[in-house]
Amino acid sequence: MVSLIWGALILLGIFYSFISKNIALTNNEILESSTQALEMFLNMAPLIVLWMGLMKIAEKSGLLEKIAYKFSFILSRLFPSIPKGHEALGLIASNIIVNMAGLGSAATPFGLKAMEKLQELNDNKDTASEAMITFLVLNTSGVTIIPTSIISLRSLYGSANPSEIIITALLSTMCASIAGLLLDYLIRRHNK
Amino acid sequence: MKIVSYALIPIMIIFIIVYGLYKKVDIYSSFVEGAKEGVKSAINIFPFTISMVFAVNIFLHSGLLEKAFSLLGSFVNGLNPRIISMMLLRPISGSASLVIMSDIFKSLGPDSFIGRLASTIQGSTDTTFYVITLYFGSVGIRKIRYALKAGLFADLVGIIMSLIFVYFIFGK
Repeated sequence: MVSLIWGALILLGIFYSFISKNIALTNNEILESSTQALEMFLNMAPLIVLWMGLMKIAEKSGLLEKIAYKFSFILSRLFPSIPKGHEALGLIASNIIVNMAGLGSAATPFGLKAMEKLQELNDNKDTASEAMITFLVLNTSGVTIIPTSIISLRSLYGSANPSEIIITALLSTMCASIAGLLLDYLIRRHNK
Repeated sequence: MKIVSYALIPIMIIFIIVYGLYKKVDIYSSFVEGAKEGVKSAINIFPFTISMVFAVNIFLHSGLLEKAFSLLGSFVNGLNPRIISMMLLRPISGSASLVIMSDIFKSLGPDSFIGRLASTIQGSTDTTFYVITLYFGSVGIRKIRYALKAGLFADLVGIIMSLIFVYFIFGK
């Protein structure tokens, strides 16, 4: 599925730029995309290294397990296949909390670490487990309470009330999460 | 509201350090050990970053989207073509949809219907496609099963609900 979309994006883009005689521009874009990717990587990588360091402390002190237990009343229902109090649940909870605060880039390291822990529980190492998919649905439906980057852009462009969209964003994101989790649940039940 | 989000990270760090000291963990060497693992996972995700940026850039700059919208334009009179391209690009590229959103703010203003709708969509959905390739790629998962379907479905519901909530809460 990913291969199909990836290939389609590239082929459609190149074919169309031949037709529209934009090929010189596309040629530049191809050469520049690697530098641009490196820039993105350089923005993200130090954060990952820093947070993986801090999280190791949280792991060794048992803080992650504690967080996992604190949230187990809801998380154990969403992730029935993960043992109670497992570190993966603590990481998932931390990822969601940081995401809610609108700190998406700081949430990524927690998410990657959570995936590592979920992979340890996964029997079939090249296939996504059910817990992984539930986690991704929760993550990509973007439960954000304070979308910081949007609010600052809105005030930059002179909005009278930059944070007024918090309410609509929160309501829609909740609907999206619930719908995603519901579909995930139905597919899981159907597969059994 | 904003202060909560600024204070969260520093407070989390205090919590991690204090709890580590209280439990007599060797916090410094634990940090270094974790950071070393962090270097490995950071390097692991680079191929996925580059694969996505490469494909998305070629597609975005080919002009195909603009062409498609000028053809579609007559059918979707009611909606601004920019908001439609933002909806379509949101799951693929966060930076592209952010650029379109700023563009909408600049031309129509952040407090217009489309401006509020763009803000709400940006705030209630995520770059599903990128997150999926990154997260699954980092641990070597190749068969993602129904993950993309479920993720995109959540995005679709987010977009539809944004339209409904913005319309009913702020009016047209």
